[in-house]
Amino acid sequence: MLSRRAFLKDGAFALVSLGFAPSFLARTAYAQGRSGRAKQLIAIFQRGAVDGLNVVVPFGDDEYYRARSSIAIARPGSTGDGAIDLDGFFGLNPRLEPLTPFWNEHALAIVHACGSPDATRSHFDAQDYMETATPGVKSTSDGWLNRYLQAQHTDHDSAFRAVALTPQMPRMLQGNAPAVAMNQISQFSIRAGQTGAGATFESLYAEARDRVLGGTGRDAFDAMKMLKGADPSRYQPENGADYPRSPFGQALKQIAQLVKADVGLEVAFADIGGWDTHINQGAGQGQLANRLDDFARGIAALVLDLGDRMADTVVLTMSEFGRAVRENGNRGTDHGHGNAMMAIGGGVRGGKVYGRWPGLSVDRRYEGRDLAVTTDFRDVFGEIVVRHLGVRDPRSIFPGYPVDAARFPGLFA
Amino acid sequence: MTAWIAQVLLSLAVLASLPSDTQTIAHVLDRTSFGARPGDVDRVRTLGVERYLDQQLHPERIADTALDTRLAGMSTLRMSSRELAETFEIPQIRAREAAAKAGDGNTKPDPEQQRRAATVVQELQQQKIIRAIYSQRQLQEVLVDFWFNHFNVDARKGADRFLLTSYERDVIRPHVFGKFRDLLEATAKSPAMLFYLDNWMSADPAGPHFEPLRPRIARGPFGRPMLIQPSPAAVAERQNARAPKGLNENYGRELMELHTLGVDGGYTQQDVTEVARAFTGWTIDRPRMGGDFKFDARLHDDGPKLVLGRVIKAGGERDGEAVLDLLAKHPSTARFIATKLARRFVSDTPPPALVDRIAATFRETDGDLREVVRAILTSPEFLSPDVMHAKVKTPFEFVASAVRATDAMVDDARPLVRQIADLGMPLYQCQPPTGYKDTSDAWVNTGALVGRMNFGLALASGKLRGVVVSNTTPDGIALGAPAFQRK
Repeated sequence: MLSRRAFLKDGAFALVSLGFAPSFLARTAYAQGRSGRAKQLIAIFQRGAVDGLNVVVPFGDDEYYRARSSIAIARPGSTGDGAIDLDGFFGLNPRLEPLTPFWNEHALAIVHACGSPDATRSHFDAQDYMETATPGVKSTSDGWLNRYLQAQHTDHDSAFRAVALTPQMPRMLQGNAPAVAMNQISQFSIRAGQTGAGATFESLYAEARDRVLGGTGRDAFDAMKMLKGADPSRYQPENGADYPRSPFGQALKQIAQLVKADVGLEVAFADIGGWDTHINQGAGQGQLANRLDDFARGIAALVLDLGDRMADTVVLTMSEFGRAVRENGNRGTDHGHGNAMMAIGGGVRGGKVYGRWPGLSVDRRYEGRDLAVTTDFRDVFGEIVVRHLGVRDPRSIFPGYPVDAARFPGLFA
Repeated sequence: MTAWIAQVLLSLAVLASLPSDTQTIAHVLDRTSFGARPGDVDRVRTLGVERYLDQQLHPERIADTALDTRLAGMSTLRMSSRELAETFEIPQIRAREAAAKAGDGNTKPDPEQQRRAATVVQELQQQKIIRAIYSQRQLQEVLVDFWFNHFNVDARKGADRFLLTSYERDVIRPHVFGKFRDLLEATAKSPAMLFYLDNWMSADPAGPHFEPLRPRIARGPFGRPMLIQPSPAAVAERQNARAPKGLNENYGRELMELHTLGVDGGYTQQDVTEVARAFTGWTIDRPRMGGDFKFDARLHDDGPKLVLGRVIKAGGERDGEAVLDLLAKHPSTARFIATKLARRFVSDTPPPALVDRIAATFRETDGDLREVVRAILTSPEFLSPDVMHAKVKTPFEFVASAVRATDAMVDDARPLVRQIADLGMPLYQCQPPTGYKDTSDAWVNTGALVGRMNFGLALASGKLRGVVVSNTTPDGIALGAPAFQRK
């Protein structure tokens, strides 16, 4: 283990020193699966329903400007705060500028008009459905990422196979497969209180005849030892990555640190709030733009920092539903339906907006008011689980939903 | 009736010979309380296990004045939902409306108002842990925890943040030693549940059914009767009325899957739809204002329903009540409730013979929850050495039992509430209607164990703010050790 880790570190160092960073973009060297590392998924939840129409802007749809007289993002080039043109029809919110290099390098893909078949406009229920991947079914006890962990379970799984950098375990990771939730990596240790307490606990659990608690206790102490090498206070991001000092930025920084510590991380989770922009949402500047700034700078830092490792990693962003097409009387937007998801990774066929665009005219809207959903979010999750994480039979992960490659957006070759 | 008599005879035989050894008493305390305090085992030995259990089964006979004193400072615990709404919610709504009217003025929610409103859930959380630690009516608190979890509602869903105070106090607590049917109806008509599982906006898709607008007779200027036609404005208002549209099956499904029959209880999707039809019109009189249950005939589908092969044709509000009658009496419900209670008190995998007998007690006592619990606690299976220490404590039970074991003084319960959340069990914030799991697999994982060890060390070394420890036994190591995680 140690020698392999040392080897990988030297390898990365060699590449960096030769000036390949951020070399995940050079897919010839690190094509999928050839790095020998396990695949990773970093899931980012934008809680509160981000206004996808102002994130990935359909500037080519005139109806967009008719419906949003005060909050629309201007057409590319028209002002300093215009959309960043992606493909002549869609543009990025100008505050997502830090993500544009990944689009240009074909590592960032977008799925628009994506969402849930369930009609709910309740944040609570819609987040629940997205995290369990069972829209309309409330009593599902575990999250879909946990069911992924269960499906790919082995006897020697790392304690850090799934980590949420959140105070509580998110619904998406709740379930029978072990996962760790923590605010700070440093929480995962025996803090002082009694001299030698750690060692005493370790021997108590090692000697316990209690099979369940003894076994898990031994795993916990193994895991603490693995983390000892990853001292958060001394962590230096690579490739010029500059994380925002926000809680979101710091969560992503610690995810990068765990990835690089080779502690067996497969699934990581972080969330970011502040998207429920009913009043004074702003356009290229303002409330939503400020949240997007934190969001984009955090993700850009993570992707740069992970460098080569992005060949094996996908960063996926999601939010429970989108917002109404027409702005409301308070220069904001009310709860809607379809939304945009982003996927970034060396293996992603990026530089493209996926999903059929349903149009924004009233007759094309969902219930006459919202962006219609043309891609079920389970088809995005399903494609990532099958084509990125390599699950052969995803049926147990998406109960009641026949996962069918014919419906995959096509994010992976 | 025979099975119940057999159960009573068996209980009498067991009680007559209830062992009084320390191990058995410790086990009884482990399962019927939130853990033994120093001296509890001796107190139960002096009293006798049988009398202890009988007392605990009749909490009204146990004085709890010290607890009442501890809770006296938390004023929201005694307020109605309407008072809570008027005090904490409506001012925020008014402020938002005023801000919106003012255009781009100050549109951020007032942090002071938000902080004040958050005290409603915070005080509810604090009372839960304080009751678990200090109430003399321990079995009642165990059962309030059990039944709240059975009929789970998450405080984070909209109006539920100020509806749960009344839900636990007025809906769950008064019924834990009563009849299951009464508890079931109390939850079905509670604004908290109606809101959480969306039934308040479930409506006959063919509705709303207004009373027909008819001409009315009035006295004319000279006292002569004259016919007044409904105004065009009144007609238009009805046509544009903002009534909920469409059936919502959430409550109908969870009522059968989680509250009564159990997932394998023998119902179909068709039954779910029919039950949902029966409950149309069971709604809330202005939910944001803390209003009560209301039956709204305009939303109700008054046609006959076919539920589990039986025709329901009671009409109006009685349709839902007839469904509750049917479900409460169904043998699958008896078995499902018996299984869950046996899992709580006996073991993660309760012996089938015990479940059979408890289900029979449930049926034969018409769902008398005191008798059902008594039957479990006096069963040979409950007192078998095989099941002692077979359960892993939930984070809530672990924290409460650690504080009880050290006889610590809690001056401020908020740090304990936070610790329980950090251990993975935020109080009143279990998102799915399933409630928290009652089996060890849900609670044994590396992160949680590290958290428990640290909690034990912090508590015993006096580093937990708001909690004063005088007893140094058990120490932090003992609290974090494998044995203390079990009950």
